[in-house]
Amino acid sequence: MSRTDTRVGRVEARPTPARSRPYWTARRRDQLTGYLFIAPQLLGSVVFVILPLLLVVWYSLHEWNVLADTFDFVGADNYTALADDPNLGPVLRATGLFSVGLVVFNLSLALLLAVLLNQKLQGTIVFRTLFFSPVVVSLVAWTIVWGFLLQDNGGLNGLLDTIGVDGPNWLRGEGTAMLSVIVVQVFKNVGLNMVLFLAALQGVPAELYEAAEVDGASRMRQFWRITVPLISPTILLTSIITVVGSLQVFAQIAVLTQGGPGTSTTVLVYYLYQQAFQFHHFGYGATLSIVLFVIVLALTVLQWQMRKRWVFHES
Amino acid sequence: MNRDLSPRTKLALYGALLILAIPFVFPTWWMVTSSLKPVADIFAFPPQLLPVNPRLDAYRRVFELQPFGRQYLNSLYIALVVTLGTLGVSALAGYAFARIRFRGQNLLFLVVLAGLLIPSEVTIVPLFQMFFKLGLVNTHWPLILVPIFGAPSVLATFIMRQFFISLPGELEEAARVDGLGRFATFWKIALPLSRPALGAVAIFTFLHSWNLYLEPIVFLSSPEKFTLPQALTQFVDAYGGPMWDVQLAAASMTALPVLVVFVIAQKQFVEGLAHAGLKG
Repeated sequence: MSRTDTRVGRVEARPTPARSRPYWTARRRDQLTGYLFIAPQLLGSVVFVILPLLLVVWYSLHEWNVLADTFDFVGADNYTALADDPNLGPVLRATGLFSVGLVVFNLSLALLLAVLLNQKLQGTIVFRTLFFSPVVVSLVAWTIVWGFLLQDNGGLNGLLDTIGVDGPNWLRGEGTAMLSVIVVQVFKNVGLNMVLFLAALQGVPAELYEAAEVDGASRMRQFWRITVPLISPTILLTSIITVVGSLQVFAQIAVLTQGGPGTSTTVLVYYLYQQAFQFHHFGYGATLSIVLFVIVLALTVLQWQMRKRWVFHES
Repeated sequence: MNRDLSPRTKLALYGALLILAIPFVFPTWWMVTSSLKPVADIFAFPPQLLPVNPRLDAYRRVFELQPFGRQYLNSLYIALVVTLGTLGVSALAGYAFARIRFRGQNLLFLVVLAGLLIPSEVTIVPLFQMFFKLGLVNTHWPLILVPIFGAPSVLATFIMRQFFISLPGELEEAARVDGLGRFATFWKIALPLSRPALGAVAIFTFLHSWNLYLEPIVFLSSPEKFTLPQALTQFVDAYGGPMWDVQLAAASMTALPVLVVFVIAQKQFVEGLAHAGLKG
């Protein structure tokens, strides 16, 4: 009896909540839509970003020989090789030199151009377009032209010759090669930072300058005491973007100097490319990838810390 | 610093701007004019600002030395497919992350954002091995799939999400009340409103794909599969020295179309690329 009762009770109890609340509620359907919308990006991130990042660690513990089709576990061999690599010091030094040189030169020029374009002048839009135009010129095309201008009998030395200066072989000299790649990269992309600075400058209230003018402060003094402090968040932001971007420089090095002379312009990404894809040391290439990742990660953490500070100061 | 300037200051400023413009403009000018000169004239001294004996010989040889038409099409179709694919993937994901509530949303967003922290150079070795095992090395698949679904599209998704968050939601809510489904709301209401963001994403995605250099030289080995940046470096003589006139002709053909579009739509370009730079 009691058994039947329960069964009947159950059978009766079930349809009531099911009717008032079907499984596919509007909310559930909406959730599913959400998952479907992000699915391509999420799966893509897992397959092409997260998985390769894990694999790079795995591969750094192996040596892969494409021709012999062998994939052998070598333990920490690649890491001891990294510690013993006589090239590692010079490579990191070149990487640092490139990044620092690029940031200093790029930001100073970007700020100078932005200040000039921020004056009451007709036709600044034309100059803005000119300064920005290399950003959209194909990187390799831009680099090839500069390669011509900078070679021993190229355009720049021809120009120097007219004023009686015997120019060096820019791309083949130890110091000048690094300087050349930095300069080529600065003129290519300085337009981006210039535009960001211009937007920041236009946000500085004009009253501040008027007040300073009344107090008799010189233009130079106004620039250092008013402009620079007020646009410092943009200076920080652009320097971070530029540093992280500088770590990815590859095409310019490959086209202009191939890392030379010696290893003077062999930056980390170029060294990684050489080891993995020219010498087929894939395991060692993976190890160098981890070095690159650690550097980028450290810079990102630094960026967050500094931004936090800024937010604090701003509030 | 918007103060009225004396005529003398104005003159000095114009002078400074003109001199500063030289390294930005001269290389492009030199590239195009030199591509029309015979080799001897390229090295002529003093340099000729305009070609004295203009000729199109170098342009003819570009197509003789390499399957350049084919390479041009390769770059063009890859960049177009990547741009359309990225727009689709990033608009959908950006919309969902901004507008739809679903479980695990924040965690999943963080998983996707990891792509912003990891430069593609870090993962090039494992990606090469993955595509090698799939037999897709020396095909265009890695140059299409990785940008659309991997790290490069993450920035696009981020920008789209920020844009949809800033968009007032009332229109969409009204449409939902009228019984429009999520996808229809997205397609008919949200997407048409997001044209500025889509434009910015399209511009930087196209340029990114068009300029890609490391990935093509890692993945592609036969000339008829090459993309333009890779092909440009291949115009060398028997001694490995560059054939300047031919190389500059090929470089001009690569750079000029984009420059023309830039001059026409320069406001969109400047704002779009600055926007992408800020968020990256």
